[in-house]
Amino acid sequence: MPHSLLTEIYIFVLAVFVGFQLISKVPSVLHTPLMSATNAIHGIILVGAIALAATVKGPLDVGISVAAVFLATLNVVGGYVVTDRILGMFKKKSAERPTE
Amino acid sequence: MDMLLQVGYLITAILFIMGVMRLRSPATAKSGNLIAASGMVVAFVVTLVQYHSFSWLWIGLALILGAIVGSYAALKVRMTAMPQMVALFNGMGGGAAALVSIGELHSQWSVGVSSAAASIAALLTVLIGSISFTGSLLAFAKLQEWVRGRPITFGGQKLLNGLLLAVALVLGIMMIVSGGPHALPWLGVYIVLAALLGLLLVLPIGGADMPVVISLLNAFTGLAAAATGFLMSNNVLIIAGALVGASGTILTQQMSRAMNRPIHNIVFGAFGQVAAGAGAGPDGGDGVVQSATVDDVATMLAYARNVVIVPGYGLAVARAQQEVRQLTERLNERGVTVRFGIHPVAGRMPGHMNVLLAEADVPYDQLYEMDAINPQFPQTDVVLVIGANDVTNPAARNQPGSPLYGMPILNVDQAKRIVVLKRGMSPGFAGIDNPLYTNPKTSMLFGDAKASLDHLLRALDEV
Repeated sequence: MPHSLLTEIYIFVLAVFVGFQLISKVPSVLHTPLMSATNAIHGIILVGAIALAATVKGPLDVGISVAAVFLATLNVVGGYVVTDRILGMFKKKSAERPTE
Repeated sequence: MDMLLQVGYLITAILFIMGVMRLRSPATAKSGNLIAASGMVVAFVVTLVQYHSFSWLWIGLALILGAIVGSYAALKVRMTAMPQMVALFNGMGGGAAALVSIGELHSQWSVGVSSAAASIAALLTVLIGSISFTGSLLAFAKLQEWVRGRPITFGGQKLLNGLLLAVALVLGIMMIVSGGPHALPWLGVYIVLAALLGLLLVLPIGGADMPVVISLLNAFTGLAAAATGFLMSNNVLIIAGALVGASGTILTQQMSRAMNRPIHNIVFGAFGQVAAGAGAGPDGGDGVVQSATVDDVATMLAYARNVVIVPGYGLAVARAQQEVRQLTERLNERGVTVRFGIHPVAGRMPGHMNVLLAEADVPYDQLYEMDAINPQFPQTDVVLVIGANDVTNPAARNQPGSPLYGMPILNVDQAKRIVVLKRGMSPGFAGIDNPLYTNPKTSMLFGDAKASLDHLLRALDEV
């Protein structure tokens, strides 16, 4: 097993632990924004799509990379905007709360 | 300038983790999302700087078009349609991950072979990403009601799924052993199999199980992104994918715990199909449904002291959240205490009802989670069930034969009176009869929830 692969496995395992630690105590009120925000985070695949686009040559491969960039951008932008909208409603309410 | 890329990705990873950390409390969540988004911008910019030798025309077009469509959809979507929107964006991510791996494999195999580790990571991504892509699209179509929401089953379905998965795995191993140009047609077959599996996995899953499915598909896309990270030796993909995978897994666990069903039961169980005949049980009375008029219900509510509103997916369908808030305010003015009882899997995604009611400015402190509200039902004068069904079904408590048996429910049948707002007598999304409706304490108010609440508001003025 190459050394770099082992390092990558280390990183993966540690990140999984961090993820479990961070997220296991999210209140159910925030379940939707949490899902929607993590949804946007996996749009990071966009950087993979761009890297692919820079390394491929043939028309089919270029087509695949362009489609990947499009889908990933949709995922990133849509995900963050939707999350921001949802959280905006939550914030407005907590600001109004003292007047109740 | 590989250094710039690596440092940029490190900053991104830190910003992602800090962002997720702040998503744990409503007060900091909005800034958490912005921090995560700025991490994404950092990664995007350093990637563009590092890899700029692509066709700017096409990639630029894809970026601009993706940003326009994505933000337009995100800004225009109604809060009631949020579950399908989340499913759709999730599917896009899964599809993108699958495409990246397909492109990587195709370009490597066209000229030679790739290392076993790279093939494994790529084929794993193609499998998980494609399942997430077609599965999410079908979930979207089901939630959008383009496809029948009920579980769709046929004989030998599990066998077919198992067979397809086995064939895909064998094909995958074959391709790992001998990649290269001659394996490309097999890669095509493999992609089709994976896409088909995604459809077949979601096809038998009914609406009430959607919160579980959406969380699960979210975890899948995260893992697909992480696997792509292994393929491309890209640490930020690995870290971000692992974070999302962990979060999706936790949500899936919490949702399936809220249904008291192990995850394999939800995915492979075809919920609701075995329901026939589980209807009129010991609590079902003699099957007589009492319908009430709007004036009856208005009077009942006006003279109650304690009212609990139990919202469900029907509230989202009817888009009646504003009317619910008005009703709450009107009753508060009369000195009636109104609280909301929220089941963890009410609606079609985790936290669905909280989002809907937040949109209508229902104050936070009126929303109670299941464990907090359940002990209150015996002292509650009137429970108003709006568009919720399975999460109030007492069969889950007392009919061992029911498919719902064992699921924690909101014990609305313990209240003094129950009013159910419902479109008609059809069973819920899961297709299971609800003995609550024939309970002598229950009155049904038939009609569209929004119209019924409107009439109710007017009738309240005259009480």
